[in-house]
Amino acid sequence: MLKKTIAALAASIITASAANISGAGASFPAPVYFDWAYMYQKATGNQVNYQSIGSGGGIKQVSARTVNFGASDKPLKPKKLDRKRLYQFPAVIGSIVAAYNIPGIKDGELKIENKDLAAIFMGKIKYWDDKRITEDNPGLNLPHKEIVVCHRADGSGTTFNFSYFLAHVSEDWANNVGIGKALDWPTGLGGKGNEGVASLISQNPYSIGYVEYAYKLKNGFGAAVLQTASGKWVEAKEENFKAAAKYAKWTPAKHFYQILALQPGDNSYPIVAATFILLPREATEMNKEVVKFFDYSFKHGDEDAKKLGYIPLPEQTKEMIRSYWKEHGIY
Amino acid sequence: MNRLLDTIFHNTTRFFAISVLMVLAALFFVLFNEAKPAIDAFGLQFITNSKWAPNMDIFGGYPAIYGSIISTIIAMLIATPVAIGIAIFLSELAPPWIATIVGMAIELLAAIPSIIYGMWGLFYLAPILRDIWGGNGLGLATAGFVLSIMILPFMAAITRDAMKTTPPILKESAYGMGATRWEVLKDVVIPYVKSGIIGSIILALGRAIGETMAVTFVMGNSHKIPDSIFKPATSIPVTLANEFTEADTDLYYSSLFYLALILLVISFTVIAIAKFWFLRNLQEQRV
Repeated sequence: MLKKTIAALAASIITASAANISGAGASFPAPVYFDWAYMYQKATGNQVNYQSIGSGGGIKQVSARTVNFGASDKPLKPKKLDRKRLYQFPAVIGSIVAAYNIPGIKDGELKIENKDLAAIFMGKIKYWDDKRITEDNPGLNLPHKEIVVCHRADGSGTTFNFSYFLAHVSEDWANNVGIGKALDWPTGLGGKGNEGVASLISQNPYSIGYVEYAYKLKNGFGAAVLQTASGKWVEAKEENFKAAAKYAKWTPAKHFYQILALQPGDNSYPIVAATFILLPREATEMNKEVVKFFDYSFKHGDEDAKKLGYIPLPEQTKEMIRSYWKEHGIY
Repeated sequence: MNRLLDTIFHNTTRFFAISVLMVLAALFFVLFNEAKPAIDAFGLQFITNSKWAPNMDIFGGYPAIYGSIISTIIAMLIATPVAIGIAIFLSELAPPWIATIVGMAIELLAAIPSIIYGMWGLFYLAPILRDIWGGNGLGLATAGFVLSIMILPFMAAITRDAMKTTPPILKESAYGMGATRWEVLKDVVIPYVKSGIIGSIILALGRAIGETMAVTFVMGNSHKIPDSIFKPATSIPVTLANEFTEADTDLYYSSLFYLALILLVISFTVIAIAKFWFLRNLQEQRV
């Protein structure tokens, strides 16, 4: 009797641990991964633990094989994936907004030219009533107040995508600051994580910062109207994020390596970014479990992702990812 | 049997004592080893270079070192006189019941975790200081101010305890010769407890220079040398706390270890100098 119980107990521990998936990485998609994990556990009983430690940490941990999957907002180049022996595919798309806190100016009222946004984050536009801002906003009464720039203090995939965008709209930025997950910021206050930047923005009147759209929704900030790749004004709105996501040209042969900033199209918001999942190539059996989770989320998770302010991948992209999984024998 | 026990006891305690040295040596070794690539790449110029651009693999520790030292100095300048004042009041001037209540409150303050000071500093102090000082309320001055409040109870409690050790007979003789309260304090109590005061300052300095959480909240996190103490800056522990998890190039990782090594050397030197001075004073007193 006792023997049987122990055997049953041992078996249950073994099966439980077999279905236990652990992942770590980007904080940008963390809210939606938490939601998907909860949904998946309710449906299948399998547990997914996701630690939101940042993209760099995610890459490091999956490279060291301490987690079953890593998550990064910055896609790895095919060469690097081969060296680290990883697979890579996108999971969900998010967008980065220039969120501001200017008393009296509502969401979507303020227009900022892309190159002027770079000048603000370089400290070259110092006041809100600078001519470069007022000439685009004739109807607004912008105060003569110093602009408080808020940025990330930690390394971040969000910073990578934002600086990639700025470097492509401003030569000055490209030459003097550059692209990266952590930068030599010319000016401003640093906060840790999207949450940290959001709290700096809400604490400091006359501030501007860049955050994931979900954090803008949660905190009720205003988001600046920016420009499409061809210079048309475009609001930070879901349909415009979606319009941009449609143009993404994914190539499974390159492990979906692609940066989504500045897509063509009249309504394409300029700073959308996919966030990626990384899998260790040798862990075929475990990868199948992880893939099952993402496959389930692709099928049932779109509504939740939208609610949280993310853009689900288009159906044909999902199909492409499924054939990528098949090709590598993990589906 | 007894002798055997004695030997075992002797050796065990000796091992414990030596293990402290071993831990210290291991710490230095690991930090140095991990910092080696950055030391090779930047040398001592790391200390004076003020550009910190991880995306270009350029690392200079000057802003962080500067921030650590300046915020600590600000904290000490504010906290030391106030702490000594509190200690004098509690040990020499206050009626016993007030001294007991205030003394207990101070000891409770010393037990508050630093993250709470940080949150308080960010959410309540920073907006107030923003109105008083201008700027955005985050920076070296705010960090120094929060640090000073953090170390104050600690300094006050130790200084008060030291003052209480002044033998009553010394004080009474002075009063008997017609000395005023101020003279007794200046010429009897303070000289007698000087080493205790210095000791409390050293301990507080050690806490302030390595403080992470409270300062991360209010420093502003900017790798620039600020042109005023009211502008955002960074410090060594703040940089480490913010950037370690995302340091993905070897040189970046190693530069953070280099900063940690510098912090260890700074606090080691400060405490060694202070301790040397402190001990010498103590000996002079005994003579």
